Amino acid sequence: MEWIFEPWPWYVSGPLIAVTLFLLIFMGKQFGMSSNLRTMCTLCGADAKADFFKFNWKAQRWNLTVVLGAVIGGFIAANFLSNDLAVAINPKTINILNELGFSSAGTNYLPTELYSWEAVGGIKALIILLVGGVLIGFGARYAGGCTSGHAISGLSNLQKPSLIAVIGFFIGGLVMVHLLFPLIF
Amino acid sequence: MRIISYLFIGIFFGIVMFKSEAASWFRIYEMFQFQSFHMYGIMGSALILGIIGIQIIKRKNLKSFFGKPIEFTPKDKSFSRYMYGGILFGLGWALAGACPGPIFTLVGAGFLPILIVFVGALLGTFLYGLLRKKLPH
Repeated sequence: MEWIFEPWPWYVSGPLIAVTLFLLIFMGKQFGMSSNLRTMCTLCGADAKADFFKFNWKAQRWNLTVVLGAVIGGFIAANFLSNDLAVAINPKTINILNELGFSSAGTNYLPTELYSWEAVGGIKALIILLVGGVLIGFGARYAGGCTSGHAISGLSNLQKPSLIAVIGFFIGGLVMVHLLFPLIF
Repeated sequence: MRIISYLFIGIFFGIVMFKSEAASWFRIYEMFQFQSFHMYGIMGSALILGIIGIQIIKRKNLKSFFGKPIEFTPKDKSFSRYMYGGILFGLGWALAGACPGPIFTLVGAGFLPILIVFVGALLGTFLYGLLRKKLPH
């Protein structure tokens, strides 16, 4: 059972994501995380500002419950199912990141250069995280879904729109990492 | 109690997101550098099993746990919204190194600066709601 405390390989993780997809399908629902952000906006009163947020949010309570579970799952995994949080990425990637100024590459789960209160206090990291979040929220709703809704749910159902969205995800990601990162960091 | 089922599905999903390292900024960066098969293996194997499973559900007309027919709603036809929205999402995914599922998982895992990404994602969603009618769909 010691393997549970190690990082899970792709051939365990991928099939377990498919299990999540099918559990929700057999519950009569769809797998999609970003739509919860819309529900949360409605709960914060956004329906007074835009019609997009006028919908029956109560019909989405099941998905908010999945979100609550995902938070609890993260707590359990980090505190009780992990010995070492360092992510063993490719040494070549570590070298590139070190040159960009990410000395925490290979030693942590997230880069401390972005995800620590110390870094966030330096404003630059704060702006990066905030802008990243805005792009995620805006893009996911504009595209009608995120990685779970399009790359897993939509593509599994052979939806061409999801293929276009996933190609978009990769264009955006590649532009960010290869063209914009050298300017930002 | 269906609500408990959703809670457990969420907990299961959260554990998988964290233990697979799909919630790690480093794994996302490595993926966009094409220097590891890990993320492609995760998404690829989930996808292959997803395609096979959904085909079986459709061909055998399988019912839900509650005996109801399983319906798959096709996505609306469009190019621009998926491409433009997708690119914007991809930019954010690579910059923050997290997509919506892992954002929630990382809150639970105790990486609290992820809350800034979460607030940003709520703002972005709100902004989309305000601008929706002016955007090409």
